[in-house]
Amino acid sequence: MVTEEIATRLKAQFGEDVGALSESKGDRFVVVKSEKIVEVCRFLKTTAGLELDYCQDITAVDWPLRKTIEVVYHLYSLALRHGIVLKVETDRERPAVATVEGVWRAATWLEREIYDLFGVNFIGHADLRRILLPDDWVGHPLRKDYQEAGGYHGIENTRPDPLVQLTKVTEEKRKAVAAAATASAKAPAPDIASAPSSASAPSPSPEER
Amino acid sequence: MRITLGLDSTSLTRRYPKLAILATLFMAFALPAGLYLAALAIFPLNTPERIDATVDALAAWCGRLVGADWQVHLAGSPYRYLVYTLFLLLVAFIAVNYAAVFGGASTWVERRVAGRMQSRIGPNRTGAAGFLAWVADAVKMVLKEDTIPASADQLLFRAAPYFSMVGLLLPFVVLPFGESTVVTDMNVGVFYAAATSAFVVVGILVSGWASNSKWALFGGIRGAAQVLSYEIPAGIAMMVPVLMAGTLSMQGIVRAQGGWPWEWFVFRNPAAFVAFFIAVTSSLAEGNRTPFDLPEAESELVAGYHAEYSGFRLAIFLMVEWANMWIMAGLAVTLFLGGWQVPQFVAEDYARLFGTGLPPSLGWFLLQVASMLIFIIKTWALVFVFIWLRWTLPRVRVDQLMSVCWKYLVPGAFLCFIVTLLWQMLVPPVGMDYTGYALTLFALLVLGKFLVDTRRNIAKVKGHRVDLSNW
Amino acid sequence: MAIDMNIERQVLRRTETSAEEIVVNFGPQHPSTHGVINFVTQTTGEIIRRSVPDVGYLHRGLEKIGELVPYPGYMPFTDRIDYLAAMFANEGYALAVERLLSVEAPPRARYIRAIAGELCRISNHFISIGTMATDIGAATPLTHALRERESVNDLLEELCGARLTFNCHRIGGVAYDLPAGWGDKVLRFLDHLDSYVQEFDRLISFNKIYVKRLANVGVITRAQAIDYGLVGPNLRGSGVKWDVRRDLPYGAYPDFEFDIPVGTGRFGTVGDCWDRYYVRVQEMLESSKIIRQALAKLPEGEIMAKVPRKLKPEAGEAVGRVESARGEMLYYVVSDGSEKAHRLRVRTGSFMAMAIIEELSHGIMVADLIAIIASLDVVAPEIDR
Repeated sequence: MVTEEIATRLKAQFGEDVGALSESKGDRFVVVKSEKIVEVCRFLKTTAGLELDYCQDITAVDWPLRKTIEVVYHLYSLALRHGIVLKVETDRERPAVATVEGVWRAATWLEREIYDLFGVNFIGHADLRRILLPDDWVGHPLRKDYQEAGGYHGIENTRPDPLVQLTKVTEEKRKAVAAAATASAKAPAPDIASAPSSASAPSPSPEER
Repeated sequence: MRITLGLDSTSLTRRYPKLAILATLFMAFALPAGLYLAALAIFPLNTPERIDATVDALAAWCGRLVGADWQVHLAGSPYRYLVYTLFLLLVAFIAVNYAAVFGGASTWVERRVAGRMQSRIGPNRTGAAGFLAWVADAVKMVLKEDTIPASADQLLFRAAPYFSMVGLLLPFVVLPFGESTVVTDMNVGVFYAAATSAFVVVGILVSGWASNSKWALFGGIRGAAQVLSYEIPAGIAMMVPVLMAGTLSMQGIVRAQGGWPWEWFVFRNPAAFVAFFIAVTSSLAEGNRTPFDLPEAESELVAGYHAEYSGFRLAIFLMVEWANMWIMAGLAVTLFLGGWQVPQFVAEDYARLFGTGLPPSLGWFLLQVASMLIFIIKTWALVFVFIWLRWTLPRVRVDQLMSVCWKYLVPGAFLCFIVTLLWQMLVPPVGMDYTGYALTLFALLVLGKFLVDTRRNIAKVKGHRVDLSNW
Repeated sequence: MAIDMNIERQVLRRTETSAEEIVVNFGPQHPSTHGVINFVTQTTGEIIRRSVPDVGYLHRGLEKIGELVPYPGYMPFTDRIDYLAAMFANEGYALAVERLLSVEAPPRARYIRAIAGELCRISNHFISIGTMATDIGAATPLTHALRERESVNDLLEELCGARLTFNCHRIGGVAYDLPAGWGDKVLRFLDHLDSYVQEFDRLISFNKIYVKRLANVGVITRAQAIDYGLVGPNLRGSGVKWDVRRDLPYGAYPDFEFDIPVGTGRFGTVGDCWDRYYVRVQEMLESSKIIRQALAKLPEGEIMAKVPRKLKPEAGEAVGRVESARGEMLYYVVSDGSEKAHRLRVRTGSFMAMAIIEELSHGIMVADLIAIIASLDVVAPEIDR
C-alpha cells in the first residue's frame, strides 16, 4: 500500500479530524487534529492491512511565524513496507498534545526529548522530564526564540576572543621592549654587574618573533 | 620561536644506551644471582647442628683474625634459640626479597607476553627490552601522593594492604625452592600454606569496606565470597598428593616424587590428574586471576576493592596479586609436578654428595643449583600458562563462578579424593609406574596435537601478517 | 557550584530508601558505558532492581547547529554525530538534502558511497565486538580487532584523508574519487578479513565462557524490539529481518546481492546478547561481499552532480535514511527556502536502544547490565548529539 492509500483510509475512518495529504513536494504528510492523535495512531497500528508498528521518529518543528509548534510523527510498517507522516499542530504559547506512549513504547524517549528541547507537554506521559539537558535547565533550546541564560551554575558560556587577547599582549610587550631599548641606549657604558640585565633586554625580541 | 629548556627531552636510556643495557643486566641477572648465591650459601645451613658448627667455626676464624682465641659452643649456650631465630629471619628475608623481585619482574613478563599475544610490543623503552619498567613503576608508586578518602575508615584503610601482604608472604616460608632451599620445612607444610594464603581475603574485605565506596564494597564482597568458596576445592584437591605421599610436609611430598615426568604425582594417578586441574583452577580463583578476576573486574568495577588506593598502598595490593601467582604455581609444582626433583638423582645422592662436615662439596652445590633451576623453570612455565589464560579468556559472572565451585569443583575434588584413597590402597607401585607412563604419553600426545592445530589455524588465515620487527 | 546532584531523587524518582538497597552510578566516567552515559542503578547486592539511563553528558546541540550553518557546511558536523560510523552520518544527510533539491548523485558516486560505507561498517563492527569482548573480560580480542581496523583506517585515509571523521560525502555526490590501486588494496584486505573472522570466532565468539555470559541474557523479543523502535543489529538480533539497504533501497544497493544475518538463538534464546553480537560479526562478512561486488561493477563517470554553491532548496521537507552500522539513521530536514535549514533532525539507532535498558534491567546482575549495554552497541554521541 502506498502513502496515498493510507491517507485515504484515514480520511475514510476519521473524516474531518484528519487533513488531506499534502502536495507532492518532498515527503507528503497528513495533518491530524491534536485531540485525535492517539486514536489515529492506534488505528494505524492495529488495523489489518495498515499495521504501522514501527514508530520511526517523533519530532517537532517550531514555526514562530505561523505561531505553531508542529509535532511530526514518522510511522512505518515493517511487515507491509509502507508508511506515512502525521503532523499535529500545537499552540506555540502552550504546546500540548496527548502522548502516544501507549501505542508505541518507542515514543517514551522521543517525546521526552521534544519536551526537553521544545517545551511541548505530552499529556499522560508517565515520566515527562528532561533528557538531554540537566534537570534544572531554564528554557527550551530548539525553539526559535531561545535565549541563552548566560551561564549555568557559574559556568560561563562566553569567553574573550583569544585572538584579541594575544594581539594585546604582543602589543604591550613590543612597547615595553622598545622603551627599554631606548632607555639603555641613553645610559652610560654598562659595567659587568649590569651587563646581563641590558643583554636580556634585546634577547626577548627574537623569541617574540 | 625556539624555546629551550635546561634538559633535553630524550630519555636517559636513549642517550646512554650502554648504561641502559648495563642497568638491565644488573637488575635482570645480578639481583637474582645475588639472591641465589645468598640462598645457596645460607639455606643449606638450616638444621641446628649445621648452624652450631657454622657459628663455632665463624667465631674461631674471627678470633684468629683478631689474635684471640674465641671458643663459642653454641649447642650449650643459652642464646642458641636466639641465634636460630636470627638465622630464620635472615632466610625469611631472602625469601621475602624474592617475593618482591618476582612481583615486579613478573609484571614485566606479563606485559611483554600480553603484548605479544595482542600483536603489540609492550614496554620497550625503559632499559633494554623494557625490563626496567617495573622498577620505574615501583619508584613512581612510592613517589605518588598517598590519598586517603576523608570518609574512609582511617585505621582500617591504612592497615588493609598489610593484611594482604601478610597473606602473600607467609606461604613463601614453606615453599621448597630446591633440595635444601626452604626457609623451614614444617611438618604441616601444606596445611599451613593453604591456611595462610587465605589471609589475603582479609585484606580484600577490609579494604573494600574501609574505602567507604560502593564500588570498592562490591569488589570486596565479591572477593571474599570467591576466595572463601574456592578454598574448599583447593584444599581437597591438595589433599590428593598428601594421600599419595603420606605426609603433609612439602619437602616430604616432593621427595616422594621423582624427577622424570612419569614419576610426578600428576601422572601417577588419574584422580591426581583431575585433581591437578581442580587445584590450578581453584588457585586461579583464589588469586583473583582471570577468568576469576571479578573483585577487580576492570571493565565493571574499575579496580574494585583497591579503587580508592594510590601510591605505595596500591603498589602493595598489586604486588600481592602478582606474587600470588608464584605461590599458586609453586604449590601446584610442588604438589603435583615433581617440585625440585632432578631426574636420575635420588635422596641418597644428595646425602652422599654433602659429605661430612662443612662446607659441603662442590657437587652438592651444583646439584642444589640444578634443583633450584628445575623448580624455578617449572614454576615460571606454570606462571606463563596463568598469564596466557588471563589474556585469552573472558570473565565469568559471579553466580556462574559460585556454581562452578560448588556444583562442579567441590564434588569433583571429593571424588578425586576418594578415588585416590582407593587407588593408594588397591594399586601396587608397579601399577602406578604404568599409569605414569600411560598418562605421560597421553599428555605428550595432547601437547603435540595442540601444537599441530595451532600451526594449522595460523596458516588458515590468509593475507598480511603484522610486522613486529620493532622489538 | 550548587548543582543539585541528588540523582536518586531526580532519576530514580524515589525518596524512600531500603536498608539493603544501594544506588550506584555506572558512569558517566566508566570504561564500559561506551561513552559518557550514566546508569543510575538500584541494586541489592549483585541483583539490580532498576537501572535508569541518564544521558545528555555529550549533548552538543548539533540539531540547533543545523539551523545556524548553511547546508554544505553542516557536513563535518554529521561526522561528529557518530564518529565511529561517520560515513553513514555523512551519507544520510546528503541523501536528505539531495531529496530536498531533487538531485541524485551520479552512479559512480553512489558506488563509492557504498564501498566507503561498507568499509566503515567493518571498521565500526570491529570496535563494537572488540569492546564487547573487553567488557566481558577478554582484553585480547579488542587489540586484534583494532589491529585489523588499522588496515581499514589506512584505506579510508588514502581515500579521503581522515581516519575517523571522514567528511567524505558531499551533497550531490562524493568529494574524492578512488585513488589508483586502491581497489586492489581493498581486495587484499578483504581476502584477509574473510579468513580472519574465523580466527576471531575461534578466539572469542564460540568460547564457552563468553557464550555462557551472553546466552539468554538481555533477551529482547521480536515484539518488544519493534515496539521500542530498535533498529539495525539490535532489531535483527531479535529475528526481525529488516535492513534499510534491502527494504527501502537507496544509493547503489539495489545492484548488490547480500544476505541479512538475523539472530537465530543458536546458543540461547533468539534476541539475547550473543545473537546481537554474532549478527555484527556476520555483517562484516556481508559487507565484504558488497564491497567486492561494488569494486567489480564500478561505473565510470563523475563523482559529483551539478549543485549550486549556495544551496537554497524550495520550502519543503525530506527524509534521508541510511542503514548505519548502529541501525537506521534518519535525517529529517525541513527547509524554508533559505540557505540554512529550518529544522534538522537526526534520529539515531543508539537513542532508541537506550529506552529498553530500563525495561531489561529488572532482576539481572551487574555483569549482565554491562553485557546488555555492550550488546546494544550504544555510543554516547549518537544518543546525545
